[in-house]
Amino acid sequence: MCGLLPGVLHLLSSFKMSTALQFPASVSTLNNYNDLYPDWTQREVSTGTTIMAVEFDGGVVMGADSRTTTGAYIANRVTDKLTPIHERIFCCRSGSAADTQAIADAVTYQLGFHSIELDEAPLVQTAASLFRDMCYRYREELMAGIIVAGWDPRRGGQVHFSSCSQTRRRRSGSSERVCVCVCVQVYTVPVGGMMTRQPVSVGGSGSSYIYGYVDSNYRPAMSKEECLKFTAEALTLAMERDGSSGGVVRLAVISEQGVERQVILGNQLPKFSTV
Amino acid sequence: MDSHHSYSQVKGVSTGVSNLFIKSYVSSKTINKLIQVHDRIFCCIAGSLADAQAVTKMAKFQLSFHSIQMESPPLVKAAASIMRELCYNNKEELQAGFITAGWDRKKGPQIYVVSLGGMLLSQPFTIGGSGSTYIYGYVDAKFKPDMSLEEAIQFSTNALALAMGRDNVSGGVVHLVVITEAEVKHVVVPGNKLPKFHDE
Repeated sequence: MCGLLPGVLHLLSSFKMSTALQFPASVSTLNNYNDLYPDWTQREVSTGTTIMAVEFDGGVVMGADSRTTTGAYIANRVTDKLTPIHERIFCCRSGSAADTQAIADAVTYQLGFHSIELDEAPLVQTAASLFRDMCYRYREELMAGIIVAGWDPRRGGQVHFSSCSQTRRRRSGSSERVCVCVCVQVYTVPVGGMMTRQPVSVGGSGSSYIYGYVDSNYRPAMSKEECLKFTAEALTLAMERDGSSGGVVRLAVISEQGVERQVILGNQLPKFSTV
Repeated sequence: MDSHHSYSQVKGVSTGVSNLFIKSYVSSKTINKLIQVHDRIFCCIAGSLADAQAVTKMAKFQLSFHSIQMESPPLVKAAASIMRELCYNNKEELQAGFITAGWDRKKGPQIYVVSLGGMLLSQPFTIGGSGSTYIYGYVDAKFKPDMSLEEAIQFSTNALALAMGRDNVSGGVVHLVVITEAEVKHVVVPGNKLPKFHDE
């Protein structure tokens, strides 16, 4: 993502080393911002971000903003944080850019190998488990929050009791609530290495600002267009409030038919009457 | 949080109190964080309760003295200014933020926010406190300038309920105060009467 930056950093740091890299006494203490010594030379590249995924009947909508920051500098304003792990399984990455890229590469390899061994498409739960194993084992070293979502072909249509987002009444007329386990799933693997399945999940630094909006606006069994609108609006609201999120909104819809990707540019984002 | 509309204002506050020094212990679930500093001027407090109570007590005294000297009810801006002076001059020791709102004859309903370091800002509506981060998206999406009283009360209650659902140190009951030229009405919404959302 910042191929030139290490080279530039090396030059800068070697120049500064020769002039004794010490902050002068005049550096303001109110905040650590000083034009002469910009902080992007010392800060790690982070996808402090807003990511989101929503299940709907037949597919899943994933969305993310497009900003990658090194401190106060935006290293990439058109980042793609929706990374394919397999044909119909994607992940949204948040946290340290290096960590999440490395984990995603490792999981892509492991999942591809597993899928060849099995000779069939892998389950979303398998992908999420692989992420979870890595994030938990190396939790002290890593800073990564990941949302894994996708579609997998279950063997026949299984019907069993579980807490999924869709419920249908049994045809025999009995009044039990039966859950049909649908093929689309969203798993969240936040920092620390927990894994849980949720019908809608938000993550990243910008997610704090939209918990209230998502709680109030999410309804189970929305259509694909409603989910797209809901995701785009939630991400826009987060991008407006969070300094580490911004740029364009990238969306991906994963279903049995395949993956459709779209981009909503800055001037096309939904508008709200904010103060 | 506060929103004002054409003739009155609704201030709402959720009332969980947590004493940070005892590691997130909730010492009270029902305190009222809306302090009256004058007939038609109220303050919502956030942050260290001890600091906030000390500041509002001082402000109440200074405001009533000012109002007697001027021989007229004080302006909301005057009340907010007094809070700001106190917060700014003692910024090292204090850790409290305020939302001062009320009604006066000169400008009608107004809302002023006095933040941690002592900044004073006038806004048509505002939110504050630890739970406010979770509802920024919601209030940005749902706020409309000129709402009716019922809409404003519903908007405040919904926003506070959503914040209480996510913030572990907000909770308990919701206190609302409606301030108009004619009267001040205090509404309490207990926890079990709050609006419920999809996951509850």
